[in-house]
Amino acid sequence: MLFSGLKVWTSRSLWIHRLHEGINGGGKARYSSCSPKVCIVGGGPAGFYTAQHLIKARPDVTVDIYERLPVPFGLVRFGVAPDHPEVKNVINTFTQTARHKRCSFYGNVNVGKDLSVTELQEAYHAVVLSYGAEGNRRMGVPGEDLSGVYSAKDFVGWYNGLPSCRELGPDLSCETAVILGQGNVALDVARVLLSPIDLLKKTDITQPALEVLEESRVRRVLIVGRRGPTQIAGTVKEVREMVNLPNTRPDMLASDFEGVKEALKDLPRPRKRLTELMLKTAMETPGEKEHERREKASRVWGLRFYRSPVEILADPERSSRMAGIRLAVNNLEGSGEEARAVLTGEMEDVSCGLIISSIGYKSLSIDPSVPFDSHRAIVPNNMGRIQEAPGLYCSGWLKTGPTGVIATTLNNSFDTVRSMLEDMDSGTLNTSAAKPGSQSINALLENRGVKPVTFSEWEKIDSEEVRRGAAIGKPREKLLTVEEMLQVAGK
Amino acid sequence: MAASAAVRSSMGLTLRLSRSIPDCSTCPFYRVKSCVNSVGKLQRKGSFDSFRTINRHLQTSIALYHSEEGSSNAEDPEDVVNVVYIDRSGRRVPVKAKVGDNVMYLAQRHGIELEGSCEASLACSTCHVYVNDTHFDKLPEPDEREDDMLDMAPLLQENSRLGCQIILTHELEGIELTLPKVTRNFYVDGHVPKPH
Repeated sequence: MLFSGLKVWTSRSLWIHRLHEGINGGGKARYSSCSPKVCIVGGGPAGFYTAQHLIKARPDVTVDIYERLPVPFGLVRFGVAPDHPEVKNVINTFTQTARHKRCSFYGNVNVGKDLSVTELQEAYHAVVLSYGAEGNRRMGVPGEDLSGVYSAKDFVGWYNGLPSCRELGPDLSCETAVILGQGNVALDVARVLLSPIDLLKKTDITQPALEVLEESRVRRVLIVGRRGPTQIAGTVKEVREMVNLPNTRPDMLASDFEGVKEALKDLPRPRKRLTELMLKTAMETPGEKEHERREKASRVWGLRFYRSPVEILADPERSSRMAGIRLAVNNLEGSGEEARAVLTGEMEDVSCGLIISSIGYKSLSIDPSVPFDSHRAIVPNNMGRIQEAPGLYCSGWLKTGPTGVIATTLNNSFDTVRSMLEDMDSGTLNTSAAKPGSQSINALLENRGVKPVTFSEWEKIDSEEVRRGAAIGKPREKLLTVEEMLQVAGK
Repeated sequence: MAASAAVRSSMGLTLRLSRSIPDCSTCPFYRVKSCVNSVGKLQRKGSFDSFRTINRHLQTSIALYHSEEGSSNAEDPEDVVNVVYIDRSGRRVPVKAKVGDNVMYLAQRHGIELEGSCEASLACSTCHVYVNDTHFDKLPEPDEREDDMLDMAPLLQENSRLGCQIILTHELEGIELTLPKVTRNFYVDGHVPKPH
């Protein structure tokens, strides 16, 4: 009874929604003879926001989402830090989208391998690429491949249960870790390395990662950036979490903050609040309570500015392993966001047993038929329309490069949808001929022995993960291999 | 005073509705939030084929509970607060709301496209709104966590707030909430995305 009541209510609200659209004046020549079929490549936040907006904006469009892994949500599952469960609430919105009758999810389908983009274009009126930035930027310094050096992408994937990072097995037996890069990913990694284990135990961090972290001997984490405090890439929430992290104390260099106080007044508000927080942490004498807290802390974190990696130093006793890093000391040329780091020629060696490079993600090309700007590592596009490729669109980090928070991805995905709607209205995107959509794609996949995981099959995985988590007091215990995911999905 | 009374009564409702009571804070705003969250948890259990509407449905049923419980009620002229949303296309949408309503969920119930990705838990800035000057000063000061999130909001202004942190009171009668025109104007305003 409740179910049918809801159904009625749903269609009514959709009707009201359409009415609003009409008032909005967006509705000229909107409804062509056949219903547009759109597919989205990549089931992360950009893919889901794109689907959500398309479904809302046009009552006749159907959307299929193809995802390489059997499980949806991309970086919300595999990127967002385990101790940020609130950020993952967005999964509820995505789940509503996936359950919508005009939306289908097909996991375990690797576009570029199982299917070509051309095949998708034959089956759909429009294809949106939103597969994100799975590669990582390399530092390009000697010693980068020594053992003990990890990319933040892999390290985050490891503690978040990304199947391809399951066997990373990071060695945390050293005292000092150096993180290169000062973005929010770097701060997440620092926090996970230094968090009291009891805090992590209540999160959805994977059990194997928890066990390694429990044995970790890392006591000091330095977070290194090539520019100054007023250019730091991380945001105030993440820096504040470091400042407030139990059982840790900050260790900053006063010299890094010379002249920063004077620069404060000209900064825009977000930069200003962030810089004030760092200044306070680095320079002010703490109050009695904070002093006591810092005295008792057994772990240390510090930001290090004006330093660029030059070389990872090998252990003289074990040449395949790193034992430290050589940093070049920089000066800044110019000021503000555009300031450039310039080498002074001065060098500085830091001994450490763990290096995590967190200098950015990078999109990769998945199909040679799609234009790709390998210098900027994005698909060249105009407001989400892929250049010189009619019917092809992009959203998310593949479109803009790997920066921004969930609100940025939301805006950027909605923007792409708006471009597509304009093209449908103007006829630039021809939707007059019927297209087979998932029907022909599913036939192709079956011939190729690929078994897509539907959203309701993901929900089986989801319940199994939640069940396993509940048994050990965690919100979820993630399945760690594709095989196990498929097995639980009933494939 | 009536406002805080309404918040208190909805707190009572929270206690009755949610099985586990979060021990997060004594601030009434968080209680309102936890009320909303517990509704979120209820709705997640259902497997309905609908889109964004479950939320509204359950919100509606909350309003029903309200009236059944004899607490704040939109029918009661004493509790009415008139709100105007100005959506991303510049359209003015007047809404008859009531004391204790959360501006983000209120917008969603009326089909105004204000996202709430983190469900009012102060972990995103997707419900960012501008508040008209006369009412902006009547709002309680933002929590540090709200300010931290606002700092990440695209097109931050002096009168920016998070919709999920605005709870209606009588004092806010006539409040105007403008949704930022974040999409196209983002570029028109001269913002060039940085190459990476």
